[in-house]
Amino acid sequence: MSDILTIALSKGRILEDTLPLLAEAGIEPAEPPGRSRKLVLDTNREGVKIVILRATDVPTYVQYGAADLGVAGKDVLMEHGGRDLYEPLDLGIARCRMMVAGKPGANEGHDALRVATKFVNITRRYFAEQGRQVETVKLYGSMELAPLAGLADLIVDLVDTGNTLKANGLEPLEHIADISSRLIVNRAAMKMKHRRIKGLIDRLAAAVNARST
Amino acid sequence: MKEADFSTDNRWLLPEGIDELLPDQARALERLRRRVLDRYQSWGYDLVVPPVIEYLDSLLTGAESDLELQTFKLTDQLSGRLMGVRADMTPQAARIDAHKLRYDHPVRLCYVGTVLHTRPERPGQSRNPVQVGAELYGHGGVEADVEIIELMLETLRLADAGDVHLDLGNVAIFRALAREAGLDVETEQRLFEALQRKAVGEIGELLESLADRQAREHIAALVELNGGLETLDHAGERLRGAGPAVQHALQRLWALAATLDRRQPDATLHFDLAELAGYQFHTGVVFAAFVPGSGREVARGGRYDHIGQAFGRARPATGFSADLKALLALGSEPGVAPPPGVLAPWADEPDLQRRIRELRERGERVVIALPGHDDSPETLGCDRRLERRGNDWELVPVEG
Repeated sequence: MSDILTIALSKGRILEDTLPLLAEAGIEPAEPPGRSRKLVLDTNREGVKIVILRATDVPTYVQYGAADLGVAGKDVLMEHGGRDLYEPLDLGIARCRMMVAGKPGANEGHDALRVATKFVNITRRYFAEQGRQVETVKLYGSMELAPLAGLADLIVDLVDTGNTLKANGLEPLEHIADISSRLIVNRAAMKMKHRRIKGLIDRLAAAVNARST
Repeated sequence: MKEADFSTDNRWLLPEGIDELLPDQARALERLRRRVLDRYQSWGYDLVVPPVIEYLDSLLTGAESDLELQTFKLTDQLSGRLMGVRADMTPQAARIDAHKLRYDHPVRLCYVGTVLHTRPERPGQSRNPVQVGAELYGHGGVEADVEIIELMLETLRLADAGDVHLDLGNVAIFRALAREAGLDVETEQRLFEALQRKAVGEIGELLESLADRQAREHIAALVELNGGLETLDHAGERLRGAGPAVQHALQRLWALAATLDRRQPDATLHFDLAELAGYQFHTGVVFAAFVPGSGREVARGGRYDHIGQAFGRARPATGFSADLKALLALGSEPGVAPPPGVLAPWADEPDLQRRIRELRERGERVVIALPGHDDSPETLGCDRRLERRGNDWELVPVEG
C-alpha cells in the first residue's frame, strides 16, 4: 500500500452520480472518464487516483487493498458478502429496491419454488431465513423472461420503476431490501491512511447531507 | 477441458489455497521459525507442541462459531467421536494451561505449527498457514497486555515486516454498552455485525427501537471513535455517563496507549472502538498489526479471560498469533540460498570418511558426488572440493 489513494468506481449510473459528489468533496478527474479508454485516471489532487471497474469487481479490489476506497451498490455488497470492508457512508445515489417478483400469486403455495436471479447468495439467504426451500438458477440478464419461458417461478432482481415487470405481466411480490450506493473502505487503509480517508469521508458526508436537506 | 483430463494429467495440482515451500523459501521459513522461537524463549515463553488433531469439542471450546466452520472434521474410528484438524492453536494452548499444567503462577506458552482452514480466512490467504503465537495466562493487568503486544512487535521486527501500524480496541466497551442498553441477543448480534462494517446507516436503524437516548448515542458513537491518540479523548467525552465497566475499559486503553507510546516509538498507534474482531471469543483489549503493502492485518490478538473455564479453570489470558509464511513474504528475504558447500568424491576410504565427518561436524555442508553423474560443483551449490594430495584429503577452491 503506497501513499497514493485509489478510489474504485464502476461505469454507468454509479459513476455519473458519484462524480458530482466527489467534485463537491474536492476531487475531480483530470480528464472526463469515458473520453479515452484509460482505466486509471489522475485527479486534480496529488496522489489521488480513480480506477474504473465493473460494478461487481469493486468490492473485490477494495477487499484486497488494490483500491483503498470504492463506491458499490448495496446489492453488489450483499451478494459479495463484504467481509473486511467498511461501508461508512450511504451516498443515497442509484436508489432502487431488491424484490422478489413473478406472476401474481406465484410466491404462494408450499412446493419448492425455482428462483432465477443474478443474486444467488442474496436469494439463498433471503429464502433460508424464512425457512422456505427454493432452487436457484443463476442468470446473467433479462430476468423477466425466466417466468414467462417457464424456466423459473420467481425472480429476484433490482426494481426501479417496475415498468419492465409490468410490461411482461409480472409484479413485485416481496421486498428484500432498499438499495443505494455505499462508500466502501479497505480495513487496512482506514487504519494506515486514516487522516486522509476520514477527511474524505467527512467531506463526502457533508455533500450528501447538503443534498438531502 | 474434460473433467477426466483434470483428474489424471494434473494429478500434481494442489488444492486451491493450499501451498508448499520450495528449498530456498523453506530454508528462509525455518530460519525465521528458529529465530522467533529462540526469542520467545529469551522472553520466558515455553514451547508447547499440541496435536494436529483432537476431539472437536475441546478444539472448539469457548471459540467463535466461525471457528467451527473453519475446522476440517472427521470421525475417530476408535471412539466414534468427531475429531477436528486444528484451525487455531489458541484453544489448544488454553487447554494445556487450564487442564494439564494447572499452575497458580502466570504461565507463558508459545507454539508454532501448521493449521488448516476449510476456507481461506481472508480472500487470497493460505488454507494451510503456519501459525505462530504466544499466550500469557494468569495475569489480568495491563502489564500482561503490554508484554504480549511488545512480543508481537518483536516478532514482526524479526520478520523484517516494515513499519508497523498497531490498531487497538477494547471489546469490553461494546459488551458493557450492549448490557447497559438491555439489547436482546439478536439485536446485539446484528449491531455487532454492522459495527464491524462501520455501516453508519444500519446502526442508526437498529438503534431506533432503543428507548434510552443516552444508550443509543453511546453505541452510535463507537463507529466514529477511530483514529490517533486523540480518539481516546473523544471517547471520554462521547461516552461520559456510561457505566463503570465502560469507564474501566477506556482507562485500560489509556494505560496501554501511554505505555506503548513511550516504549514503542516506532509503532504508529491507531485506535478503533468499533473493532470487535473475535467478539465472541475476546473479552477485553484487542489488537492487530498492519504494515504498508498488505491490505489486511499481519498479526492479531487480544484478551480472552474466560476461555479456560470450560476446561475446569477460568484464568485471565491474553495472546497473539500470526501466519509465519505470510510474515516471511513481507520480509526482505523471502528466500535463502544454501551456504556454499564442499563436493567430495564417493570412495570407501577411511581417511576420506573421517575428513567428511570432521567437516560436517564443523557445520560445513558436504555433498557427495555420486558415481555415474558428472555434475559440476556449482550445480550442487559447492565452491570447494575435497582432493587427494599425497596422503591427505585437502579442501581446494573450485576453479571458477
